[in-house]
Amino acid sequence: MAITTEIADEPSAAPAPTPAPAKAGGSFARYLVTRFLLIFPTIFILVTLVFFLMRVTGDPITAALGGRLTPDQLAERIAAAGYDRPVMVQYLEYLGQIFTGNFGRTISDNRAVTEVLMTYGAATAELAFNSLVIALLIGIPFGLLSAKLRDRWPDAILRVFAILCYATPVFFAGLLLKLVFGVWLGWLPIAGRAGISAELQLTSLQNPTGIYLLDALRSGNMAAAGDVIEHAILPAVALGLLTAGVFLRLVRTNVIGTLGREYVEAGRSRGVSEYRLLTKHAYRPALIPIITVMGLQIALLLGGAVLTETTFEWKGLGFQLAQYLTARDFVAVQGIVVLLAVIVALTNFIVDIVAALIDPRVRF
Amino acid sequence: MATTTTLKPRKDAKGPWWARLPIVSHYRMSAGLQRGMLVAGLVLTIVFVLAAALAPVLAPFGFSQISDTSGNFPTQAPPGGKFIWGTTVGGFDVYSRTLWGAQTAFAVIVTAVAFSIFLGVALGLLSGYIGGWLDRVLVVLADAIYAFPSLLLAIVMSIVISQGQSSLWGGVMAAAISITVVFIPQYFRVIRAETVRLKAEPFVESAKVVGASNLRIMSKHIFRNATRTLPLIFTLNASEALLTLAGLGFLGFGIEPTAASEWGFDLNRALSDATSGIWWTGVFPGLAIVLTVLGLTLVGESMNDLADPRLRLRRKAKRRGGKATA
Repeated sequence: MAITTEIADEPSAAPAPTPAPAKAGGSFARYLVTRFLLIFPTIFILVTLVFFLMRVTGDPITAALGGRLTPDQLAERIAAAGYDRPVMVQYLEYLGQIFTGNFGRTISDNRAVTEVLMTYGAATAELAFNSLVIALLIGIPFGLLSAKLRDRWPDAILRVFAILCYATPVFFAGLLLKLVFGVWLGWLPIAGRAGISAELQLTSLQNPTGIYLLDALRSGNMAAAGDVIEHAILPAVALGLLTAGVFLRLVRTNVIGTLGREYVEAGRSRGVSEYRLLTKHAYRPALIPIITVMGLQIALLLGGAVLTETTFEWKGLGFQLAQYLTARDFVAVQGIVVLLAVIVALTNFIVDIVAALIDPRVRF
Repeated sequence: MATTTTLKPRKDAKGPWWARLPIVSHYRMSAGLQRGMLVAGLVLTIVFVLAAALAPVLAPFGFSQISDTSGNFPTQAPPGGKFIWGTTVGGFDVYSRTLWGAQTAFAVIVTAVAFSIFLGVALGLLSGYIGGWLDRVLVVLADAIYAFPSLLLAIVMSIVISQGQSSLWGGVMAAAISITVVFIPQYFRVIRAETVRLKAEPFVESAKVVGASNLRIMSKHIFRNATRTLPLIFTLNASEALLTLAGLGFLGFGIEPTAASEWGFDLNRALSDATSGIWWTGVFPGLAIVLTVLGLTLVGESMNDLADPRLRLRRKAKRRGGKATA
């Protein structure tokens, strides 16, 4: 899990290699275009990497069904799926297919990969959003407080709390939450996205978004909405805490850095309130590295989602990915990985653009 | 652990040579709460290393032992008596497995970090110093890998490397290599950035003027200066390596339970126990992970803060102003 606070201050933390600076302070439009074009190599490299890594172990059919079919049956299936052709031909064909949005069909349960992505992507998006909310609610205020009370005991407690958030694997946090709030206190459900009846009602809606809370609210089903929220709390807290620790540390470090600048001192001498100094003068300039790392956290969040979803049997992309990996269903795995690569690359793009809008100096 | 990488002592540093070693010099620089955090981290790290080294002596049973002369071990026995931390559903002794787990974790961390330091530093130096198309390609490659969820990459790598089944050393190596691939970009970035900065320094220029070879410049002038930050990256990455290993084990892509004890795998097994209120199978290996990562991170964090003057409070200022600010 790439927690990246320690290099947040490095100039190299800007996620993309930027070409030579445009002369005379390149325009924003130009930056936007070059930065956008850099999305493609990232995706391309990951797709290529995963494709060939998966093929090192052999063809997907043998990997998935090797133990269950006779050699003849296997050969037949391999030929039918076209895996007996040269790998480079398959690779080029695969690239072409991805380009047209065709990810193929899964081997283990013969479903269209695009359908798998749509169905489970919504569940993962819901979990990621919930945990991001929790991470921001905890990370930013406590980070500001920690910076303000620097090197006094509340700061020490908050810092240890932040490190603890990072040191606790999300599945151990999940296990403890399940044990305490689910089993011993019996307050919250410990698995799944909703109770059986609520789940049935929500999945039988017309044009469901797959995001349960949204679907429940749209159809005015308040009982189901309550049920969905109850199920969402523990997974969101488990995953949110992990990210909250990172945000807390990041806000603290960067705000301490900006609190020491002259303009903050100047503001103080003009009689600006301490609260305003903290939230406006020191916090605003500290935002850029925070936003940059937040973008990188999306990758962490997606990695953490695999573990969280497995812990809470939250039927999302991560849960499904773990299943497909166990089944060695590499067609499905590749599809999910490509989607994740696209999400990560797009997020980094958006983050860079937002950072450039806030501070023109990072446009290179 | 971190003392294995020695900082190049500065010319102006005072005191005997041992006082300039990374951890020792950091300790002498520290004060107040910061010193407390450093010491707490060091204690936890030392306990972890001792547990790893002394597991064969301290553990009453083997990591895959389910019976002794008095018969089979009970399953899911609560803590107490012969099994001080209880037993698992498979009849393993939780205390023994937790101790042995430290050994596995230690082996994987050391191997993974050694590999990634070696490769990451070498690639970073080359990329930064030579530049050109090699640099462009490596940077784009490293960024692509870096942006990707590291756990997923580690899973894919471990499947490729171990092909599913793993012995102790096979498993340790597979896990270590998977983790290495994930971490190389981090070392690469830091070392490359430093190299690019140092390349423009006057002392490199003067070395060129007196006719030093590129190899000599890279190894003598750049390498020694670019690796100052390595001890901190080392401690922080060691903790990440442990978390990645545990994540792999939790998802069932780590080391086979009969080949070695691995905390992440044990937590996976403990998940269903938790549902029925059995806490001891999960809490102990989980705490072992948390405390080890906590220790390593505290050491790394403290070193980071002490190395960064913006974050370091001066001892003198602290002593004088302690009352006023408190």
